[in-house]
Formats: sequence, C-alpha cells, structure tokens
Amino acid sequence: MTTIPLPQTQPLPADWRDLLALTKPRVMSLVVFTGLCGLIAAPGAMNPVLAFTAVLCIALGAGAAGALNQWYESDIDGLMKRTANRPLPAGRMERQTALHFGVGLSVFSVVLIGLAANYVAAAWLAVSILFYVLVYTVWLKRRTAQNIVIGGAAGAFPPLIGWAAATGDVTALPALLFAIIFLWTPPHFWALSLFVRTDYAAAGVPMLPVVSGNKVTRVQILLYTLPMVAAAIAPWALGMAGTIYGVSALVLNAIFLWLAIAVARNDASEPAGMIPEKRLFKFSILYLFVLFGALVADRLVLA
Amino acid sequence: MTPDQEVELRRRQKSRSRVTALLLGLFVVLMFGISVAKMLINR
Repeated sequence: MTTIPLPQTQPLPADWRDLLALTKPRVMSLVVFTGLCGLIAAPGAMNPVLAFTAVLCIALGAGAAGALNQWYESDIDGLMKRTANRPLPAGRMERQTALHFGVGLSVFSVVLIGLAANYVAAAWLAVSILFYVLVYTVWLKRRTAQNIVIGGAAGAFPPLIGWAAATGDVTALPALLFAIIFLWTPPHFWALSLFVRTDYAAAGVPMLPVVSGNKVTRVQILLYTLPMVAAAIAPWALGMAGTIYGVSALVLNAIFLWLAIAVARNDASEPAGMIPEKRLFKFSILYLFVLFGALVADRLVLA
Repeated sequence: MTPDQEVELRRRQKSRSRVTALLLGLFVVLMFGISVAKMLINR
C-alpha cells in the first residue's frame, strides 16, 4: 500500500470522539427516553425494528441540533467554564466540520424517520431541529431573558415525535406530554442558571438571573411550577392515564412544588448557599424520568 | 507538519475510517431490517 504524502498546511481532521461530543450525548439520554415513552404510550403496536429506527432518528435529530447549536455558539462557549472544553472552543475541530456534520445528520435523521415510520413524524422532527437551531439558538438565546421559556419547546417535541411515529397522528395526550416538558424547562434551567449565573454573565447571555436578578428568578420558578403541576396531573385527571401514573404524578409534583417553594424562600446570593436550587435542579431531572416512566408502566399494565 | 502531528493525523484517519466502516455496516443492517419490516407490514 502506498502512503500519500501530506500537504504542509493540512489541519488535523476532527477525532470521532469530538464529533460524538458535538451531539451532547448527556442531553440526548432524556430526549431518547421521552421519545421512547411517547412511542410506547401511543395506542397500537409498532414493529420493533421500525420503533427502534424512530427512536434512533429522534436521538440523531437531537444530536444534529446540538451540533448546530455548538457550531453557532462556539464564541460564547469559550467564555463559560462549563462549555469551554467543548471541541470547537477548545480548538480541536474546525467550525465548518461541525456545520457539515450537523446539517448532514439533520437531513439523514429526518429522511430516515420518514422512510421507517411516516412523514408526520418526519415533519415534527424537522420542526424540532429547526426550532432549536433557528428560534432558540440563533434568534432568542442572546436577545431575551425569555429564551428558555420559548426555546423550551424544542426539547418538548420528542414524545410528540415518538407518538406520531407510532400512530401517524398527534392527539391530546402527546400534546399534554409536550406541555409538561415545555413548562418543566423554565424551572429546570432557571434553577441551574441561578448557581452558574457568573458563567452566563461572563458570556453575555441574558439569562433571567443575569437580567432580572435572583429574587425575580426564584419567584418565576415557582410561578412556572404551578402550570407544570397542572399539566402533569391532567392526563390522569382527564382519564387519559391510569392509577400508576396518577399516584406517581401526585407524589412527584408535590415534591417538585415543595422544592420550588424552598427555592422561592431562599435569599442566598452565592452558589454555596444555593442548596435548594441545586436540589430542585437534580430532582427536576429525576422527575421527568420517573413521570414518563410511570406513564409507560401504566400503559403496559393496562395493556 | 511536524512528525508528531503526522503521527496524530494518521491515528485520527485510522480511527475515523474504522468508525465510518462500522457505522456504514450498521446502516446497511438497519436498512435491511426496515425493508423486511415494511414487507411484513404490507403483506
């Protein structure tokens, strides 16, 4: 085998691990889980291969959106401790590579879910990617403190896509699942942004604590928790889910509300004193996993 | 390009080629599975 001589100025190609890191694998786990729950909770049985492909496409679509987000935000990522070691700000990859990877993966995931499941699911997946990249990343994130509120919709699409993949339709229950994640996002991210506020301030991102202060953010966390609790209990209250989901939703939402009240009553200004905020942030992740898990358990038991 | 950079370049090319081959293989298997599933549904 002959070895091709290297040009003197050729930049190093990205390592495949850095391409994987562009897809934000940690965030993807919640996306995959909620997408899978939407698919399983839907009426009727889907062929396992097609169901696997649909969930894979939801994951790939989320990864593609994450890659495009990192492509666009490489400048501010370099200013925050939490994100400074990502492949682009750390200089381990060229921006164009991330752009090509993100666009290619987006198109691939949308086309594949269209072929494997249906074009309703493909359309919702395309909308979710475009919403995250164009509406949240490009338009809102650097302009308004409401970035998380509206941008939260991007993360709320997976159960809807999963449901659409299984049925070719979107009804009231997947719309409620969308609403739960949509309303869960502000308390979840604002709790985080309270104790990493200096990071966001350094990067010039107008997160609520940076723009309006800690007190307003804490009140907003509590205010957004109330409709979230209502949305989470609604599937059971409206007869769309059974007792397993109902009991789980009541317990989980009571804890969430209790933690949100603790946050609203806290007046610490330094991260060291923000124990309630850290507790709420950690619990909010568990909350979503258990709530959606309960919905699936409910469906499987009823079936 | 320094000798160290060249070694690193070759290492990355090699690992990327392996991952690409693996992904293409999985893609072929997946497309086969989708085709069979679709045929079973339409039968």
